[in-house]
Amino acid sequence: MVSAFSSLLFLFIIFAFILGEGLPLFYKVGAGKIIFGFTWAPTKGFFGIFPMIISSYMVTLGALIFGAPLALGCATYLSEYASRKMKMFLKPALELLAGIPSVVYGFLGVVYVVPLIREYLGGPGFSILATSVVLGIMILPTIISISFDSLMSVPQTYREASVAMGATKWQTIYKVVLPAAQSGILASFILGMGRAVGETMAVIMVAGNALRIPMSLLDPLRTLTSNIALELAYAAGDHRSALFSTGVVLLIIIMLLNFIANFWVKRKVAG
Amino acid sequence: MRLNPRFTDKFVRAALLFQALFTVSILVFIVFIVFVKGAANITPEFIFSYPEDMGRHGGIFPAIVGTVFLAVLSIALATPLGVGTAIYLTEYTKESTLTRIIRFGVESLAGIPSIIYGLFGFIFFVIKLKLGWSLISGTLTIMIMVLPTIIRTAEEAIKSVPRNLRMVSFSLGATKWETVTKVVLPSAAPGILTGIMLSVGRAVSETAAVIFTMGSSLRLPTSLLDSGRTMAVHFYILAREGISLEKAYATALVLVVSILLINIVAYYTMNKMIARYN
Amino acid sequence: MDVKVAIQQLRLSFGKKEVLKGIDLDIVKNRIYGLMGPSASGKSTLISVINKMISFEDGVTMSGSVLLDGEDIINGDIDEVSLRKRIGTVFATPTPLPRSIFENVAFGPRLNNSTSRAELHALVEQSLRKSFLWDEVKDRLQESAMKLSGGQQQRLCLARTLALNPEIILLDEPCSGLDPISTAKIEEALAELKDQHTIILVSNNTKQIARATDFVAFFYLGELIEFGATDKVFTTPAVRMTEEYIQGKFG
Repeated sequence: MVSAFSSLLFLFIIFAFILGEGLPLFYKVGAGKIIFGFTWAPTKGFFGIFPMIISSYMVTLGALIFGAPLALGCATYLSEYASRKMKMFLKPALELLAGIPSVVYGFLGVVYVVPLIREYLGGPGFSILATSVVLGIMILPTIISISFDSLMSVPQTYREASVAMGATKWQTIYKVVLPAAQSGILASFILGMGRAVGETMAVIMVAGNALRIPMSLLDPLRTLTSNIALELAYAAGDHRSALFSTGVVLLIIIMLLNFIANFWVKRKVAG
Repeated sequence: MRLNPRFTDKFVRAALLFQALFTVSILVFIVFIVFVKGAANITPEFIFSYPEDMGRHGGIFPAIVGTVFLAVLSIALATPLGVGTAIYLTEYTKESTLTRIIRFGVESLAGIPSIIYGLFGFIFFVIKLKLGWSLISGTLTIMIMVLPTIIRTAEEAIKSVPRNLRMVSFSLGATKWETVTKVVLPSAAPGILTGIMLSVGRAVSETAAVIFTMGSSLRLPTSLLDSGRTMAVHFYILAREGISLEKAYATALVLVVSILLINIVAYYTMNKMIARYN
Repeated sequence: MDVKVAIQQLRLSFGKKEVLKGIDLDIVKNRIYGLMGPSASGKSTLISVINKMISFEDGVTMSGSVLLDGEDIINGDIDEVSLRKRIGTVFATPTPLPRSIFENVAFGPRLNNSTSRAELHALVEQSLRKSFLWDEVKDRLQESAMKLSGGQQQRLCLARTLALNPEIILLDEPCSGLDPISTAKIEEALAELKDQHTIILVSNNTKQIARATDFVAFFYLGELIEFGATDKVFTTPAVRMTEEYIQGKFG
């Protein structure tokens, strides 16, 4: 059964090649100058990606702020209030919509969200705000689907016991159901963040891709992922290595997020 | 002030319903816009003719062909690997450090964002293996990318086949392999098919990992070493470079409709297969 | 008399828990044997030793021997797959494969790949007749086996086993979930089958054992308490515990 080890092999060569291309530059110019450097001018020997790290974090957080409450509300309604019929219809419909290509989200962001921001709030429109809104919408299906599953896995007896003691429906949800599903919900947030931080093409379209730390919600920005995608096609030499270094940093952030999500999911299984 | 719990209850119910409807309406709105704006430009010529002037005029036939090639080839390679892994994990080993390591590998692959697959495919297939921007580079990259989805769904599906069925098969003198191929896999087929269809959807909608491995040539790919475009890449370039809004919407419509169709067909066949013997 | 299965000093433990404590039992060809006893008495475990389904359990240790036509199936290096073709098993819960009625019965013979289409059809019909199911399903062989009633499903499982023409048929509480009419049909089928097969029937139902078997073995907590001709054990049991069990005082 060689096939079983194929995933391990692929994982190994992916890491080998990303690290192999990306790590040497950390030694050559110094990790500090890359991770905490403010200037990205790769053809002139400046490889600072600090603004991109900050930008990636900001839009990921922004996406969560927009997406998470909406998604959790939606999942809660679906699992606690919606009729069986409605569930049967809405769950697959939402999953269907998760399949819409991210470039389509990005494009509609450019056509609808960006001009709206430019007109009513000022600035170029391509901004943290626009990116957060688009990413927030993109992560809705992920969060809804996983938190819905964890809400549904709360035993019916918990709800019955709570209602039997005179709690209202909302008190039951708030005090019993949500805490019981807590770890699954947190995991869904983290996985949503993972999707947001890894998203590339949609972000390129709405972020403006400016090379500085955004100081307001209306400032344009460039994330780690977009940095790679914008320049990979023509980069050579150290410039190309610097894009792989960007990839290394991105991989570390993603691995960290996945580790946290797994930890929560495991704890849920154990407890 | 302490609110009346009955009032709170009604208020929360309404608020949650509003959130649910709002969420659904955003997503419906997206599909609606794509349909309305795209439909006007969909003609048989658009589907079956070649693009002219970078896609400003003409159709998207090469992109459709490129998408189909990429999706079919990558899934055709990933399915035996993925289902094989799932069979190994569920039927041929007991839980051990080794299976935990393999599962960790699968989980890690699943978490890697597509741009990293793009980076990897670019440096490994395109440059190191000298395959260039080509259908084969794209295929191999996407194969690795969808592998975890296929493994996980197949594993779930295989695990949910009742132990009784396996025991019956063994009691009738079937070998392990006969039991797997004649009893377990047919029973798990609907679940496995779902995973495959999800993966087709991912291959069709992927951009970042495709553009750096398969390239973006507008010609019709006729060999594995030819570069080509998928509809998603074509759409991205049309929209990003502002080549043509009309063509972009029309391409998006074809793209979205294909994905919806793939999903609906998968959903329908799955239900049908399940219903067939139950 | 022709001994088909000779069980000698068979001991079996799951981990540290001993569930068969030195069983000696000779099973003679073309007879129906009943194994009875309260739950956890070891009777089902004994069956899974004979068809070697015990191999799928973890942490099993065994000693003693089980001779099938003189060949040791515990210590000898016997091929389990071909052994199970010689020993058919019907499980407690009716478990049709999610296929058509025809495909269910044809499953075993198809594994051998050597039967022609016409032979296969004949074999399927013959097996369904032997399990008294043919008349009920002959017009809908291509329908899903899942559509049959529980009693029909269990007779289908019997037919599926018969299609391999096994030397021994093991039935592990085959009627525990069935209605009296289905139960009667299965018992009727067994009575005719013993001419060509050796049958071992595990049951909690003492009345069924009394009706359907030639010999009976009473198990309690992994020990064989009493063995003898069914008539004799049921009329004049030698051991007091057997008598109490038959009278329904425990179990």
